[in-house]
Amino acid sequence: MLSIDKIDVFYRELQAIWGISLEVNEGEIVALVGPNGAGKTTTLNTISGLLKPASGDIRFLGKSLGKEPPNKIVELGISQVPEGGKIFTGMSVFENLELGAFVPEARKVKGQSIERVYEIFPRLLERHKQLAGTLSGGERQMLAIGRALMACPKLLMLDEPSFGLAPILVEHMFEMIEKINQMGVTILLVEQNIQAALNLAHRAYLLENGRIVGQGNLTDLLSFESVRSSYLA
Amino acid sequence: MDIALGQTLVFGILVGALYGLVALGLSLVFGVTKLLNVAHGELLMIGGFVSFWAFSLYGVNPFLTIAISMVALFLLGAFLYKLIFARTVKLPEETKIKNTLLVAFGLSIILQNLALRFWTADERGISTEFLRTSFTVLGIRFPVVKLANLVIAVFFLVALQLFLRKTYIGKAIRATVQNWEAAYLMGIDIHKVYLLSFAIGAALAAVAGTLVTLNFSIQPNMGLNWTLKALIVMVLGGLGSIPGTFIGGLVLGVTESATSYFISSNYREIAGLVLFLLVLIFRPQGLLGAKEA
Repeated sequence: MLSIDKIDVFYRELQAIWGISLEVNEGEIVALVGPNGAGKTTTLNTISGLLKPASGDIRFLGKSLGKEPPNKIVELGISQVPEGGKIFTGMSVFENLELGAFVPEARKVKGQSIERVYEIFPRLLERHKQLAGTLSGGERQMLAIGRALMACPKLLMLDEPSFGLAPILVEHMFEMIEKINQMGVTILLVEQNIQAALNLAHRAYLLENGRIVGQGNLTDLLSFESVRSSYLA
Repeated sequence: MDIALGQTLVFGILVGALYGLVALGLSLVFGVTKLLNVAHGELLMIGGFVSFWAFSLYGVNPFLTIAISMVALFLLGAFLYKLIFARTVKLPEETKIKNTLLVAFGLSIILQNLALRFWTADERGISTEFLRTSFTVLGIRFPVVKLANLVIAVFFLVALQLFLRKTYIGKAIRATVQNWEAAYLMGIDIHKVYLLSFAIGAALAAVAGTLVTLNFSIQPNMGLNWTLKALIVMVLGGLGSIPGTFIGGLVLGVTESATSYFISSNYREIAGLVLFLLVLIFRPQGLLGAKEA
Protein backbone atom coordinates (compact mmCIF):
# COMPACT_ATOMS: atom_id res chain seq x y z
CA MET A 1 0.00 0.00 0.00
CA LEU A 2 2.67 2.44 1.12
CA SER A 3 6.20 1.87 0.00
CA ILE A 4 9.14 4.07 0.82
CA ASP A 5 12.27 3.58 -1.21
CA LYS A 6 15.61 4.83 0.14
CA ILE A 7 14.63 8.36 1.10
CA ASP A 8 17.06 10.98 2.40
CA VAL A 9 15.55 13.93 4.26
CA PHE A 10 17.30 17.13 5.31
CA TYR A 11 16.49 20.02 7.62
CA ARG A 12 18.36 22.69 5.69
CA GLU A 13 21.92 21.29 5.70
CA LEU A 14 21.31 18.75 8.41
CA GLN A 15 20.50 15.24 7.26
CA ALA A 16 17.87 13.63 9.48
CA ILE A 17 16.93 10.53 7.50
CA TRP A 18 19.47 8.28 5.79
CA GLY A 19 18.18 5.99 3.06
CA ILE A 20 15.10 4.70 4.86
CA SER A 21 12.98 2.09 3.07
CA LEU A 22 9.82 0.62 4.48
CA GLU A 23 6.56 -1.02 3.45
CA VAL A 24 3.08 -0.91 4.90
CA ASN A 25 0.56 -3.42 3.54
CA GLU A 26 -3.17 -2.96 3.49
CA GLY A 27 -4.88 -3.86 6.75
CA GLU A 28 -1.68 -3.91 8.81
CA ILE A 29 -0.66 -2.12 11.95
CA VAL A 30 2.98 -1.21 11.50
CA ALA A 31 4.97 0.46 14.26
CA LEU A 32 7.95 2.74 13.90
CA VAL A 33 9.87 2.59 17.13
CA GLY A 34 13.10 4.00 18.41
CA PRO A 35 14.59 6.56 20.78
CA ASN A 36 14.00 10.29 20.81
CA GLY A 37 15.52 12.00 17.79
CA ALA A 38 15.73 8.82 15.74
CA GLY A 39 13.75 10.38 12.90
CA LYS A 40 10.33 8.83 13.51
CA THR A 41 8.37 12.08 13.32
CA THR A 42 10.50 13.24 10.40
CA THR A 43 9.56 10.08 8.53
CA LEU A 44 5.84 10.69 9.12
CA ASN A 45 6.13 14.35 8.14
CA THR A 46 7.85 13.30 4.92
CA ILE A 47 5.10 10.82 4.07
CA SER A 48 2.43 13.45 4.71
CA GLY A 49 4.31 15.96 2.56
CA LEU A 50 5.26 18.57 5.18
CA LEU A 51 8.88 17.70 4.34
CA LYS A 52 10.18 16.63 0.96
CA PRO A 53 12.75 13.88 0.46
CA ALA A 54 15.97 15.05 -1.20
CA SER A 55 16.23 11.67 -2.91
CA GLY A 56 14.33 8.41 -3.03
CA ASP A 57 10.65 7.87 -3.64
CA ILE A 58 7.45 7.40 -1.66
CA ARG A 59 4.61 5.57 -3.39
CA PHE A 60 1.07 5.14 -2.13
CA LEU A 61 -1.34 2.84 -3.99
CA GLY A 62 1.04 3.00 -6.94
CA LYS A 63 1.20 6.80 -7.06
CA SER A 64 4.37 8.76 -6.32
CA LEU A 65 3.94 11.29 -3.50
CA GLY A 66 7.25 13.01 -4.18
CA LYS A 67 5.88 16.29 -5.52
CA GLU A 68 2.45 16.39 -3.88
CA PRO A 69 1.63 19.00 -1.20
CA PRO A 70 0.12 17.79 2.11
CA ASN A 71 -3.45 18.67 1.15
CA LYS A 72 -3.24 16.46 -1.98
CA ILE A 73 -1.77 13.62 0.06
CA VAL A 74 -4.76 13.80 2.44
CA GLU A 75 -7.01 13.57 -0.64
CA LEU A 76 -5.17 10.43 -1.71
CA GLY A 77 -6.07 8.80 1.60
CA ILE A 78 -3.28 9.38 4.11
CA SER A 79 -4.07 11.21 7.35
CA GLN A 80 -1.62 12.05 10.08
CA VAL A 81 -2.38 12.65 13.73
CA PRO A 82 0.49 14.99 14.58
CA GLU A 83 2.58 14.78 17.72
CA GLY A 84 0.64 16.17 20.67
CA GLY A 85 -2.56 16.18 18.63
CA LYS A 86 -2.34 19.82 17.53
CA ILE A 87 -6.07 20.27 17.82
CA PHE A 88 -7.56 23.69 17.11
CA THR A 89 -7.93 24.79 20.71
CA GLY A 90 -9.92 27.93 19.92
CA MET A 91 -12.70 25.98 18.24
CA SER A 92 -15.38 23.61 19.46
CA VAL A 93 -14.97 19.84 19.35
CA PHE A 94 -17.58 19.73 16.59
CA GLU A 95 -15.78 22.36 14.50
CA ASN A 96 -12.51 20.46 14.85
CA LEU A 97 -14.18 17.33 13.51
CA GLU A 98 -15.89 19.30 10.77
CA LEU A 99 -12.53 20.62 9.56
CA GLY A 100 -11.15 17.10 9.50
CA ALA A 101 -13.50 16.42 6.58
CA PHE A 102 -12.20 19.30 4.50
CA VAL A 103 -11.23 17.38 1.36
CA PRO A 104 -14.09 17.10 -1.19
CA GLU A 105 -14.58 13.32 -1.00
CA ALA A 106 -14.71 13.35 2.79
CA ARG A 107 -17.02 16.36 2.85
CA LYS A 108 -19.68 14.40 0.99
CA VAL A 109 -19.94 11.84 3.78
CA LYS A 110 -19.29 14.21 6.68
CA GLY A 111 -22.49 13.26 8.51
CA GLN A 112 -21.73 9.54 8.51
CA SER A 113 -18.12 10.11 9.48
CA ILE A 114 -19.12 12.18 12.49
CA GLU A 115 -21.49 9.42 13.62
CA ARG A 116 -18.65 6.93 13.28
CA VAL A 117 -16.24 9.06 15.31
CA TYR A 118 -18.85 9.58 18.06
CA GLU A 119 -19.37 5.83 18.11
CA ILE A 120 -15.66 5.16 18.63
CA PHE A 121 -15.21 8.04 21.08
CA PRO A 122 -18.57 8.67 22.83
CA ARG A 123 -16.79 11.20 25.04
CA LEU A 124 -16.47 13.52 22.05
CA LEU A 125 -20.24 13.49 21.55
CA GLU A 126 -20.75 14.49 25.20
CA ARG A 127 -18.38 17.41 24.70
CA HIS A 128 -19.17 18.36 21.13
CA LYS A 129 -20.04 21.99 21.92
CA GLN A 130 -17.11 22.55 24.25
CA LEU A 131 -14.00 24.48 23.23
CA ALA A 132 -11.29 22.00 22.33
CA GLY A 133 -8.84 23.90 24.54
CA THR A 134 -10.82 22.89 27.63
CA LEU A 135 -10.45 19.14 27.03
CA SER A 136 -8.23 16.87 29.11
CA GLY A 137 -5.10 15.33 27.62
CA GLY A 138 -6.80 12.04 26.81
CA GLU A 139 -9.80 13.75 25.26
CA ARG A 140 -7.54 15.93 23.14
CA GLN A 141 -5.82 12.86 21.77
CA MET A 142 -9.22 11.29 21.03
CA LEU A 143 -10.24 14.46 19.22
CA ALA A 144 -7.03 14.50 17.20
CA ILE A 145 -7.61 10.90 16.11
CA GLY A 146 -11.29 11.52 15.45
CA ARG A 147 -10.44 14.58 13.39
CA ALA A 148 -8.01 12.57 11.27
CA LEU A 149 -10.64 9.84 10.76
CA MET A 150 -13.04 12.46 9.37
CA ALA A 151 -10.92 12.57 6.22
CA CYS A 152 -11.83 8.89 5.61
CA PRO A 153 -8.19 7.82 5.40
CA LYS A 154 -7.06 4.50 4.00
CA LEU A 155 -3.84 4.89 5.94
CA LEU A 156 -3.84 6.54 9.37
CA MET A 157 -0.50 7.67 10.77
CA LEU A 158 -0.33 8.24 14.52
CA ASP A 159 2.53 10.15 16.09
CA GLU A 160 2.98 9.16 19.75
CA PRO A 161 -0.71 8.70 20.62
CA SER A 162 0.24 7.60 24.13
CA PHE A 163 2.38 10.64 24.87
CA GLY A 164 1.53 12.22 28.20
CA LEU A 165 -1.35 9.88 28.96
CA ALA A 166 -1.85 8.02 32.22
CA PRO A 167 -1.06 4.27 31.90
CA ILE A 168 -4.71 3.29 32.10
CA LEU A 169 -5.54 5.70 29.29
CA VAL A 170 -2.67 4.39 27.19
CA GLU A 171 -4.18 0.94 27.33
CA HIS A 172 -7.57 2.31 26.33
CA MET A 173 -6.01 4.32 23.50
CA PHE A 174 -4.32 1.22 22.09
CA GLU A 175 -7.60 -0.68 22.22
CA MET A 176 -9.19 2.13 20.22
CA ILE A 177 -6.41 1.98 17.63
CA GLU A 178 -6.97 -1.74 17.26
CA LYS A 179 -10.70 -1.13 16.83
CA ILE A 180 -10.03 1.46 14.12
CA ASN A 181 -7.76 -1.01 12.37
CA GLN A 182 -10.51 -3.64 12.47
CA MET A 183 -12.77 -1.15 10.72
CA GLY A 184 -10.46 -1.43 7.73
CA VAL A 185 -8.03 1.42 8.29
CA THR A 186 -4.36 0.59 7.83
CA ILE A 187 -2.20 2.04 10.59
CA LEU A 188 1.35 3.36 10.81
CA LEU A 189 2.18 4.06 14.41
CA VAL A 190 5.11 5.98 15.84
CA GLU A 191 5.82 5.18 19.46
CA GLN A 192 8.42 5.57 22.15
CA ASN A 193 6.45 3.24 24.34
CA ILE A 194 8.05 0.29 22.58
CA GLN A 195 6.54 -2.51 24.59
CA ALA A 196 2.97 -1.31 24.06
CA ALA A 197 3.62 -0.63 20.39
CA LEU A 198 5.13 -4.05 19.78
CA ASN A 199 2.19 -5.76 21.48
CA LEU A 200 -0.23 -4.01 19.20
CA ALA A 201 1.59 -3.97 15.88
CA HIS A 202 1.82 -6.78 13.37
CA ARG A 203 5.28 -5.64 12.36
CA ALA A 204 7.70 -2.95 13.41
CA TYR A 205 10.73 -1.04 12.24
CA LEU A 206 13.42 0.05 14.64
CA LEU A 207 14.93 3.46 13.90
CA GLU A 208 18.15 4.85 15.30
CA ASN A 209 19.94 8.02 14.21
CA GLY A 210 17.85 8.35 11.07
CA ARG A 211 18.47 4.81 9.87
CA ILE A 212 16.49 1.61 10.06
CA VAL A 213 18.49 -0.77 12.19
CA GLY A 214 16.02 -3.60 12.54
CA GLN A 215 12.64 -4.85 11.49
CA GLY A 216 10.27 -7.72 11.97
CA ASN A 217 7.62 -8.88 14.41
CA LEU A 218 7.62 -8.75 18.18
CA THR A 219 10.01 -11.66 18.73
CA ASP A 220 12.40 -10.53 15.98
CA LEU A 221 12.76 -7.09 17.49
CA LEU A 222 13.09 -8.37 21.03
CA SER A 223 16.22 -10.19 19.92
CA PHE A 224 17.91 -6.84 19.32
CA GLU A 225 20.29 -6.08 22.07
CA SER A 226 19.62 -2.34 21.87
CA VAL A 227 15.89 -2.82 22.25
CA ARG A 228 16.26 -5.05 25.24
CA SER A 229 18.86 -2.99 27.02
CA SER A 230 17.29 0.41 26.36
CA TYR A 231 13.63 -0.29 26.74
CA LEU A 232 12.83 -3.55 28.38
CA ALA A 233 15.40 -3.66 31.11
CA MET B 1 -22.66 67.95 29.07
CA ASP B 2 -20.90 70.64 27.16
CA ILE B 3 -22.11 70.50 23.56
CA ALA B 4 -18.72 71.26 22.10
CA LEU B 5 -17.21 68.40 24.05
CA GLY B 6 -20.03 66.09 22.98
CA GLN B 7 -19.43 67.13 19.40
CA THR B 8 -15.74 66.32 19.80
CA LEU B 9 -16.52 62.86 21.13
CA VAL B 10 -19.01 62.13 18.36
CA PHE B 11 -16.59 63.24 15.66
CA GLY B 12 -13.85 61.19 17.29
CA ILE B 13 -16.01 58.08 17.22
CA LEU B 14 -17.18 58.62 13.64
CA VAL B 15 -13.65 59.17 12.34
CA GLY B 16 -12.36 56.41 14.61
CA ALA B 17 -14.73 53.95 12.95
CA LEU B 18 -12.99 54.75 9.68
CA TYR B 19 -9.58 54.21 11.32
CA GLY B 20 -10.79 50.81 12.49
CA LEU B 21 -11.86 49.94 8.98
CA VAL B 22 -8.51 51.11 7.58
CA ALA B 23 -6.73 48.70 9.92
CA LEU B 24 -9.17 45.81 9.48
CA GLY B 25 -7.62 44.52 6.24
CA LEU B 26 -4.07 44.92 7.50
CA SER B 27 -4.99 43.10 10.69
CA LEU B 28 -6.64 40.22 8.84
CA VAL B 29 -3.66 39.75 6.52
CA PHE B 30 -1.19 39.94 9.39
CA GLY B 31 -3.26 37.60 11.55
CA VAL B 32 -3.48 34.91 8.88
CA THR B 33 -0.23 35.15 6.92
CA LYS B 34 2.00 36.91 9.49
CA LEU B 35 2.98 39.21 6.64
CA LEU B 36 3.18 42.90 7.49
CA ASN B 37 2.05 44.56 4.29
CA VAL B 38 3.38 48.11 4.50
CA ALA B 39 1.85 48.76 1.07
CA HIS B 40 -1.61 48.53 2.69
CA GLY B 41 -1.95 52.31 2.50
CA GLU B 42 -1.21 52.22 -1.23
CA LEU B 43 -3.88 49.58 -1.77
CA LEU B 44 -6.25 51.89 0.10
CA MET B 45 -5.17 54.78 -2.13
CA ILE B 46 -5.74 52.77 -5.33
CA GLY B 47 -9.12 51.65 -3.99
CA GLY B 48 -10.01 55.31 -3.44
CA PHE B 49 -8.99 56.22 -6.98
CA VAL B 50 -11.01 53.37 -8.47
CA SER B 51 -14.06 54.73 -6.65
CA PHE B 52 -13.20 58.25 -7.75
CA TRP B 53 -13.05 57.04 -11.36
CA ALA B 54 -16.34 55.18 -11.13
CA PHE B 55 -17.97 58.27 -9.63
CA SER B 56 -16.48 60.96 -11.87
CA LEU B 57 -16.42 59.08 -15.19
CA TYR B 58 -19.56 57.00 -14.95
CA GLY B 59 -21.55 58.85 -12.32
CA VAL B 60 -21.94 55.80 -10.07
CA ASN B 61 -23.52 56.48 -6.68
CA PRO B 62 -20.64 57.05 -4.20
CA PHE B 63 -21.76 54.20 -1.95
CA LEU B 64 -22.12 51.80 -4.87
CA THR B 65 -18.56 52.58 -5.96
CA ILE B 66 -17.50 50.64 -2.86
CA ALA B 67 -18.61 47.38 -4.49
CA ILE B 68 -16.74 48.13 -7.74
CA SER B 69 -13.60 49.14 -5.91
CA MET B 70 -13.76 46.03 -3.70
CA VAL B 71 -13.91 43.70 -6.67
CA ALA B 72 -11.04 45.52 -8.40
CA LEU B 73 -8.84 45.44 -5.30
CA PHE B 74 -9.74 41.84 -4.48
CA LEU B 75 -8.35 40.87 -7.89
CA LEU B 76 -5.35 43.19 -7.57
CA GLY B 77 -4.65 41.76 -4.10
CA ALA B 78 -4.80 38.19 -5.37
CA PHE B 79 -2.48 39.09 -8.24
CA LEU B 80 0.06 40.86 -6.01
CA TYR B 81 0.01 38.01 -3.51
CA LYS B 82 0.70 35.42 -6.21
CA LEU B 83 3.36 37.59 -7.82
CA ILE B 84 5.18 38.75 -4.69
CA PHE B 85 4.07 37.69 -1.24
CA ALA B 86 3.60 33.99 -1.96
CA ARG B 87 7.39 33.93 -2.26
CA THR B 88 8.03 35.33 1.22
CA VAL B 89 5.20 33.79 3.23
CA LYS B 90 6.99 30.53 4.10
CA LEU B 91 10.52 31.83 4.52
CA PRO B 92 12.16 31.29 7.91
CA GLU B 93 11.02 33.90 10.45
CA GLU B 94 13.85 36.44 10.23
CA THR B 95 14.31 36.39 6.44
CA LYS B 96 10.54 36.54 6.11
CA ILE B 97 10.24 39.77 8.09
CA LYS B 98 13.12 41.48 6.28
CA ASN B 99 12.19 40.38 2.76
CA THR B 100 8.51 41.13 3.21
CA LEU B 101 9.23 44.66 4.42
CA LEU B 102 11.64 45.19 1.55
CA VAL B 103 9.33 44.01 -1.22
CA ALA B 104 6.31 45.73 0.30
CA PHE B 105 8.14 49.07 0.47
CA GLY B 106 9.21 48.55 -3.13
CA LEU B 107 5.65 47.76 -4.08
CA SER B 108 4.39 50.91 -2.36
CA ILE B 109 6.79 53.04 -4.45
CA ILE B 110 5.68 51.33 -7.66
CA LEU B 111 1.99 51.76 -6.82
CA GLN B 112 2.52 55.44 -5.95
CA ASN B 113 4.20 56.12 -9.28
CA LEU B 114 1.59 54.23 -11.23
CA ALA B 115 -1.07 56.28 -9.49
CA LEU B 116 0.80 59.48 -10.39
CA ARG B 117 0.71 58.47 -14.05
CA PHE B 118 -2.94 57.56 -14.06
CA TRP B 119 -4.41 60.23 -11.82
CA THR B 120 -1.69 62.95 -11.51
CA ALA B 121 -0.68 64.44 -8.16
CA ASP B 122 -3.89 66.45 -7.74
CA GLU B 123 -5.98 65.92 -4.67
CA ARG B 124 -9.26 64.25 -5.51
CA GLY B 125 -12.39 63.66 -3.56
CA ILE B 126 -15.99 62.66 -3.96
CA SER B 127 -18.71 64.94 -2.74
CA THR B 128 -22.42 65.17 -3.45
CA GLU B 129 -25.29 67.23 -2.15
CA PHE B 130 -26.48 64.33 -0.02
CA LEU B 131 -23.05 63.65 1.46
CA ARG B 132 -22.76 67.27 2.58
CA THR B 133 -26.02 67.21 4.53
CA SER B 134 -26.08 66.63 8.23
CA PHE B 135 -28.65 66.54 10.96
CA THR B 136 -28.60 67.69 14.52
CA VAL B 137 -29.59 65.77 17.63
CA LEU B 138 -29.43 67.53 21.04
CA GLY B 139 -27.32 70.22 19.47
CA ILE B 140 -24.73 67.77 18.17
CA ARG B 141 -24.18 67.67 14.44
CA PHE B 142 -24.05 64.33 12.59
CA PRO B 143 -22.76 64.77 9.01
CA VAL B 144 -24.10 62.05 6.72
CA VAL B 145 -20.68 61.25 5.33
CA LYS B 146 -19.22 60.65 8.79
CA LEU B 147 -22.19 58.60 9.95
CA ALA B 148 -21.61 56.45 6.88
CA ASN B 149 -18.16 55.61 8.31
CA LEU B 150 -19.69 54.08 11.38
CA VAL B 151 -22.45 52.21 9.57
CA ILE B 152 -20.16 50.82 6.89
CA ALA B 153 -17.33 49.96 9.29
CA VAL B 154 -19.70 48.08 11.60
CA PHE B 155 -21.25 46.33 8.63
CA PHE B 156 -17.91 45.02 7.37
CA LEU B 157 -16.70 44.17 10.86
CA VAL B 158 -19.78 42.02 11.47
CA ALA B 159 -19.65 40.53 7.96
CA LEU B 160 -16.02 39.54 8.39
CA GLN B 161 -16.69 38.02 11.81
CA LEU B 162 -19.64 36.02 10.48
CA PHE B 163 -17.58 34.87 7.50
CA LEU B 164 -14.78 33.67 9.77
CA ARG B 165 -17.05 32.06 12.38
CA LYS B 166 -19.89 30.56 10.38
CA THR B 167 -18.65 29.55 6.93
CA TYR B 168 -16.61 26.45 6.24
CA ILE B 169 -13.93 28.36 4.38
CA GLY B 170 -13.84 30.92 7.22
CA LYS B 171 -13.29 28.11 9.71
CA ALA B 172 -10.47 26.81 7.52
CA ILE B 173 -8.88 30.27 7.71
CA ARG B 174 -9.14 30.27 11.52
CA ALA B 175 -7.73 26.75 11.66
CA THR B 176 -4.77 27.91 9.59
CA VAL B 177 -4.21 30.80 12.00
CA GLN B 178 -4.29 28.51 15.04
CA ASN B 179 -1.97 25.87 13.61
CA TRP B 180 -1.04 25.92 9.96
CA GLU B 181 0.67 22.55 10.05
CA ALA B 182 -2.36 20.82 11.49
CA ALA B 183 -4.58 22.64 8.97
CA TYR B 184 -2.34 21.46 6.14
CA LEU B 185 -2.61 17.90 7.49
CA MET B 186 -6.42 18.22 7.40
CA GLY B 187 -6.22 18.71 3.65
CA ILE B 188 -6.67 22.49 3.82
CA ASP B 189 -4.69 24.14 1.03
CA ILE B 190 -3.05 26.75 3.23
CA HIS B 191 -1.60 28.61 0.25
CA LYS B 192 -5.12 29.20 -1.02
CA VAL B 193 -6.08 30.36 2.47
CA TYR B 194 -3.23 32.91 2.41
CA LEU B 195 -4.17 34.06 -1.09
CA LEU B 196 -7.81 34.49 -0.16
CA SER B 197 -7.02 36.35 3.07
CA PHE B 198 -4.68 38.72 1.27
CA ALA B 199 -7.28 39.42 -1.42
CA ILE B 200 -9.98 40.04 1.22
CA GLY B 201 -7.56 42.35 3.03
CA ALA B 202 -7.07 44.32 -0.19
CA ALA B 203 -10.84 44.49 -0.75
CA LEU B 204 -11.27 45.87 2.78
CA ALA B 205 -8.58 48.46 1.99
CA ALA B 206 -10.73 49.45 -1.00
CA VAL B 207 -13.75 50.06 1.25
CA ALA B 208 -11.62 52.20 3.55
CA GLY B 209 -10.12 54.00 0.55
CA THR B 210 -13.55 54.90 -0.76
CA LEU B 211 -14.57 56.31 2.63
CA VAL B 212 -11.34 58.31 2.80
CA THR B 213 -12.24 59.73 -0.62
CA LEU B 214 -15.65 60.73 0.73
CA ASN B 215 -14.41 62.10 4.07
CA PHE B 216 -11.16 63.76 3.12
CA SER B 217 -9.34 63.57 -0.19
CA ILE B 218 -6.88 61.26 -1.87
CA GLN B 219 -3.62 61.71 -3.71
CA PRO B 220 -0.94 59.25 -4.82
CA ASN B 221 1.52 59.78 -1.96
CA MET B 222 -0.92 59.49 0.93
CA GLY B 223 -0.41 55.76 1.41
CA LEU B 224 2.29 55.74 4.06
CA ASN B 225 0.27 58.00 6.36
CA TRP B 226 -2.59 55.54 6.32
CA THR B 227 -0.33 52.53 6.72
CA LEU B 228 1.00 54.21 9.87
CA LYS B 229 -2.51 54.89 11.16
CA ALA B 230 -3.45 51.28 10.49
CA LEU B 231 -0.35 50.04 12.32
CA ILE B 232 -1.10 52.18 15.37
CA VAL B 233 -4.69 50.97 15.43
CA MET B 234 -3.66 47.35 14.99
CA VAL B 235 -1.22 47.50 17.89
CA LEU B 236 -3.72 49.40 20.06
CA GLY B 237 -6.39 46.79 19.49
CA GLY B 238 -4.15 43.77 19.86
CA LEU B 239 -2.49 41.96 16.95
CA GLY B 240 -4.82 39.63 15.16
CA SER B 241 -7.93 40.55 17.15
CA ILE B 242 -10.62 41.74 14.75
CA PRO B 243 -13.03 43.32 17.27
CA GLY B 244 -9.91 44.75 18.96
CA THR B 245 -8.92 46.46 15.73
CA PHE B 246 -12.25 48.24 15.60
CA ILE B 247 -12.02 49.33 19.24
CA GLY B 248 -8.44 50.47 18.56
CA GLY B 249 -9.75 52.66 15.76
CA LEU B 250 -12.34 54.27 18.01
CA VAL B 251 -9.75 54.90 20.71
CA LEU B 252 -7.40 56.56 18.24
CA GLY B 253 -10.21 58.66 16.75
CA VAL B 254 -11.40 59.90 20.13
CA THR B 255 -7.85 60.55 21.36
CA GLU B 256 -7.09 62.63 18.28
CA SER B 257 -10.22 64.74 18.46
CA ALA B 258 -9.91 65.18 22.24
CA THR B 259 -6.36 66.40 21.69
CA SER B 260 -7.54 68.96 19.16
CA TYR B 261 -10.22 70.11 21.58
CA PHE B 262 -8.22 70.31 24.80
CA ILE B 263 -4.75 71.14 23.49
CA SER B 264 -4.45 72.07 19.84
CA SER B 265 -5.09 70.43 16.52
CA ASN B 266 -1.34 70.74 15.85
CA TYR B 267 -0.82 67.88 18.30
CA ARG B 268 -3.44 65.58 16.77
CA GLU B 269 -1.00 63.23 15.09
CA ILE B 270 1.41 63.25 18.00
CA ALA B 271 -1.33 62.18 20.40
CA GLY B 272 -1.83 59.01 18.36
CA LEU B 273 1.86 58.19 18.47
CA VAL B 274 2.09 58.88 22.22
CA LEU B 275 -0.86 56.58 22.80
CA PHE B 276 0.87 53.97 20.65
CA LEU B 277 4.02 54.16 22.79
CA LEU B 278 2.04 54.02 26.03
CA VAL B 279 0.24 50.88 24.92
CA LEU B 280 3.51 49.28 23.82
CA ILE B 281 5.03 50.02 27.22
CA PHE B 282 2.13 49.12 29.51
CA ARG B 283 0.02 46.69 27.53
CA PRO B 284 2.06 45.26 24.67
CA GLN B 285 -0.58 42.66 23.81
CA GLY B 286 -2.97 45.52 22.95
CA LEU B 287 -6.26 46.54 24.51
CA LEU B 288 -8.16 43.39 23.55
CA GLY B 289 -5.25 41.14 22.59
CA ALA B 290 -4.84 37.87 24.41
CA LYS B 291 -1.60 37.27 26.26
CA GLU B 292 0.79 35.02 24.33
CA ALA B 293 -0.48 31.50 24.75
